[in-house]
Amino acid sequence: MSVKTDKIDRLSELSAVKQEEQGVSLWTEAFRRLRRSPSAIIGASILLIFVIVAIIGPWVAPYSPTDTIGIREGVVKSGQGIIPGASAEHWLGYDHQGRDLFSRMLVGARQTLLVGVISTLIGLTIGAIIGGIAGAAAGLGGRVGRWVDNVLMRFVDIMLALPSLLLAVSIAALLGASLTTVMIAVGLVSVPIFARLLRGAMLAQSGGDYVLAATSLGVTRRRIALTHIVPNSLAPVIVQATLTLATAIIEAAALSFLGLGNPDSSVPEWGVMLADAQSYLGIRPGLAIYPALGIIITALGFTLLGEAMREALDPKLRK
Amino acid sequence: MRSSRRKAAIAVTAVAVLAAAGCAESDRDPSGGNTAVKDTLVFGVAGDPKVLDPSLASDGESLRVARQIFETLVRPEEGGTKPSPGLAESWTPDAAGTTWTFKLRTGVKFHDGTDFNAEAVCVNFNRWFNSTGLMQSPDVTPYWQDVMGGFAKNENAELPPSLFKSCTAKDPATVDLAFTRVSSKVPAALMLPSFSIHSPAALKQYDASNITGSADDIKYPSYAMEHPTGTGPFKFKTWDLPNKSLTIERNDAYWGDKAKLKTVVFRTISDENARKQALRSGDIQGYDLVGPADVEPLKADGFNVLTRPAFNIFYMAINQKGNPALAKPEVRQAISYAINRQALVDSKLPPGAKAASQFMPDTVEGWNADVKKYDYNVEEAKKLLAAAGVSNLKLKFHYPTEVTRPYMPNPKDLYELLAADLKAVGIEVEAIPLKWSPDYLNATTSGSAHDLHLLGWTGDYGDAYNFIGTMFDRQKDEWGFNNPQLFAQFKDADTTADQAQRIEKYKALNAAIAEFAPGVPISHSPPAIVFGKGLTGITPSPLTDERFVGATFS
Amino acid sequence: MIRFIVRRLLQLIPTLFGLSILLFTWLHRLPGGPETAILGERGTPELRAQIRANLGLDEPILVQYGRFMQRMLKLDLGTSISTKREVTTEFIERFPGTVELTVMAMIIAIGVGIPLGYLAARRRGSFLDSASVGGSLIGICVPVFFLAYVLKAIFSEQLHLFPSSGRQDPTLGATRITNFFVLDGLMTREWDAALDALWHLVLPGIALASIPLAIIVRITRASVLEVLSEDYVRTAKSKGLTESTIRGRHILRNAMLPIVTVIGLLTGGLLSGAVLTETVFAFSGIGAFLKDAISNLDYPVLMGFIMIIAVVYLLVNLLVDVSYSLIDPRVRVR
Repeated sequence: MSVKTDKIDRLSELSAVKQEEQGVSLWTEAFRRLRRSPSAIIGASILLIFVIVAIIGPWVAPYSPTDTIGIREGVVKSGQGIIPGASAEHWLGYDHQGRDLFSRMLVGARQTLLVGVISTLIGLTIGAIIGGIAGAAAGLGGRVGRWVDNVLMRFVDIMLALPSLLLAVSIAALLGASLTTVMIAVGLVSVPIFARLLRGAMLAQSGGDYVLAATSLGVTRRRIALTHIVPNSLAPVIVQATLTLATAIIEAAALSFLGLGNPDSSVPEWGVMLADAQSYLGIRPGLAIYPALGIIITALGFTLLGEAMREALDPKLRK
Repeated sequence: MRSSRRKAAIAVTAVAVLAAAGCAESDRDPSGGNTAVKDTLVFGVAGDPKVLDPSLASDGESLRVARQIFETLVRPEEGGTKPSPGLAESWTPDAAGTTWTFKLRTGVKFHDGTDFNAEAVCVNFNRWFNSTGLMQSPDVTPYWQDVMGGFAKNENAELPPSLFKSCTAKDPATVDLAFTRVSSKVPAALMLPSFSIHSPAALKQYDASNITGSADDIKYPSYAMEHPTGTGPFKFKTWDLPNKSLTIERNDAYWGDKAKLKTVVFRTISDENARKQALRSGDIQGYDLVGPADVEPLKADGFNVLTRPAFNIFYMAINQKGNPALAKPEVRQAISYAINRQALVDSKLPPGAKAASQFMPDTVEGWNADVKKYDYNVEEAKKLLAAAGVSNLKLKFHYPTEVTRPYMPNPKDLYELLAADLKAVGIEVEAIPLKWSPDYLNATTSGSAHDLHLLGWTGDYGDAYNFIGTMFDRQKDEWGFNNPQLFAQFKDADTTADQAQRIEKYKALNAAIAEFAPGVPISHSPPAIVFGKGLTGITPSPLTDERFVGATFS
Repeated sequence: MIRFIVRRLLQLIPTLFGLSILLFTWLHRLPGGPETAILGERGTPELRAQIRANLGLDEPILVQYGRFMQRMLKLDLGTSISTKREVTTEFIERFPGTVELTVMAMIIAIGVGIPLGYLAARRRGSFLDSASVGGSLIGICVPVFFLAYVLKAIFSEQLHLFPSSGRQDPTLGATRITNFFVLDGLMTREWDAALDALWHLVLPGIALASIPLAIIVRITRASVLEVLSEDYVRTAKSKGLTESTIRGRHILRNAMLPIVTVIGLLTGGLLSGAVLTETVFAFSGIGAFLKDAISNLDYPVLMGFIMIIAVVYLLVNLLVDVSYSLIDPRVRVR
């Protein structure tokens, strides 16, 4: 298992290395470098637009995303291969149920963001709890601590031994298709990564001078863990969370494609829209292309920003 | 580094030499491969066949293959649903209507060279009738149990007594089949591929009835996996499971018009879009279960899209044991008025689909033009709901995911439209999507925790009982009602020997069902099957009984 | 070295043991339970109870687990509910497809990724650099099933260059020996069959390679950049060594370590079955089959396949660790 985890562990060491090398605050330094990175700026701009759309989308959408206008007016006959394309009233045309595609794209942004954020938060929280306990136990505890750490990490290793999409599909199949299922399944898949990451970061931190200093001053272990180690381990976690947001959105789309996505289309979501478009690819490829582009661009935004943050934190790439 | 590179070079050479030397024999016949004359059809199917013995099969893909290899005594007329001569040239019932005499075709041989005769017919019927052990599992002989009920000795007390009584070979070309009572199922049900006549010699040689394992772990004998032997225009050649393809080839000793194609390959491509792309890229020359949205584009591209006559019913079932309000007829009628069938048919179903007024298509005798019709009427629906004193009705609405049925393309899309219709009359619905098998079927056909759900039925043969009887002739968890009067009416119709009288009774039944409104019949839609450019000679069949014997490339 | 391998193999045991417990409890929580999956729409309460008894599901859970482990150890994985064939047979028929696809994808990913990453690093800041970094980012962000459809639409439907689905043209009637179609074709000297099988691998191979390719480009670029700034490269340059010597002996050799690591990991991941790619390309491998098994609740297949996949995955990981120490003598195995 050591190799797969090496990459995660390396990220977790970054913050520690940083702290010792320089007196400047980690955050100020990283932020200064981020501002000069073009990919960070592109990524941040994409995300800014995306978040704005996600917030105001439902208000500015010209039509209701659930109103089957095209079917009511008899212009959409998807069963007979007729789905009108873009027009002055409907900028992206109708979808297969006669709904306004542009409105659905706008409203869908919020749902897509929500799926990404909530599932990442699920993974982050559970992962942080497991990793935090393991890290604290390994760093500060004696024999019992090592034992706790061992058991928890073995559990994480087992999760890592299963391919992530398979794991997500299994969880989704167990819980039945729903929005919550998608978020839980996608979230749980990232648990081992976060757990491993946080534990590694904490271990790297606990070797730091200031922990030694605090210990010699007689500060309790719990207090050290909470006030020093955890806050300082957060940087790599935030980087990883940004990157995970991208994969979460893509994985949610994959689950929808496999028929395990949100069955309730009253609230559109890009992944579900992309999956639903499958039967109509022959007559209106746009039904798939627009949500796919939405997903790709958003994922790109998160990845660009995440990678830029990783680089900003990595002393090796500073030269 | 250098030495390892040398090692790698040696390894590569070794592999090459090994391969060139040919360490294994090719067992392919030298005539195989692509020849100049196009005489091979590769047909895309949605799933692997489960078993090649049609008497043990219930899945469409197994039956599709079986229909090319095997024949039945009575078979549907090509492109229709009425019985026509198969291995039997004619058949007549006795005065009581319980014993049927079949005159058999002579000079017919099985693929293994043995003769087809009355003796062979009786061996087959006795094989099914005398089933023991796992052969009586509903998983193994589903259609026999559907049609005939039970066996010679029922091992499960739940099973009803057998409809089939005995088989007598009077002379090589005459066979008598005796039944315990008059039934609408005879002779029409004998058209089912499950009643295919197998070679007795092959059945014995390959141990066809020896199902081993346990109920959860059924192991089929080699007959059912490797040696299906019938009388049909094609014979089984190979089943290449790693490549998901099954090959049949022309039976040159066939008694009728011989097949024009030399080989037909059934290739499994489970994804609907992948099948379409495979056809368009030329990997396959035909496939079944065409998405409705693809019909027109494929036609426009010059593909030969065949539309089968609609021999099915798609309905929204109402469970009267679910929400208590559903036990009130007014509420069920209100729901019937609330559904805009025509809009659904126009927008979501393929060209040629029709809105339904009863639970069977108008091509089956017994269809009644004068049943109570529930034309789309929101006001009437609201009025009826108010009259029943029902307000704020919230219903659980089940629909299946990941499935396309011939009567129900894209269940999710259809659900959305129906749910919107119900909302318009003030009925709230809660979506419960489930996987088709087993969750969905399980949830909707057992227990009472379901209010509304989508389901349908494709006819097995052209008799009204196969539609309405299958649904309503007894108390079922799917509908949750007990209507002894209706059940008695069904029993009466089923045991009426006179065809004309029986049809009148079916008409009366349809009227009674429409008044009772156990569910909402929505539509009959024609499933499409597509073939490549230049492939002709296949007649679309409402029973999906497409025969590849006449297929040819022009 | 041998002691290290033996120790690592022993360490697999608790991991697999834990996995078996997880799997077992998971499968027993399946909605409806296996008896529902077996009976499908024909289930009556009586039949269900009978099957529960047949399966021993009414016994205490520990007894059931014991029996399950006993069967596992005897390598008896039971029979698939949906296909009625032995799980081991299903695996043997399908795994070679997945292996072939994985090899194809990795050949594409490595063959394109390493040179591209290397060039990008050598010409840092050039158009090639930004293009390959940008391209690899997009490669990670495109949903694989979408890419697969686009590839098929262009290269099969429009240009008719490659077949759109399957592993081999079934009309060839190729001989089967190992179920590795390309290898079978070579061994039996059915050259057309081998070539056809290879041809079928191209499009799914490209689709599957998209993510590994992106990762390999990035990791190659990063590690070459790191090596470039090392003193020994500067020394080599000042010694006047030829470009190709510097590239082969100094840069690539030293940059190889992280690349090999990543390649090993990716291969292990791909071997567990490309669910999406196999589904879209109707490619008979373990990924598509597992997806079907999940939707049919085919629990013997799920149990068996996931256990085998985990073993394969862990073994590949071990292999990577071993090769790690072979490439770089400084990394001493612990």
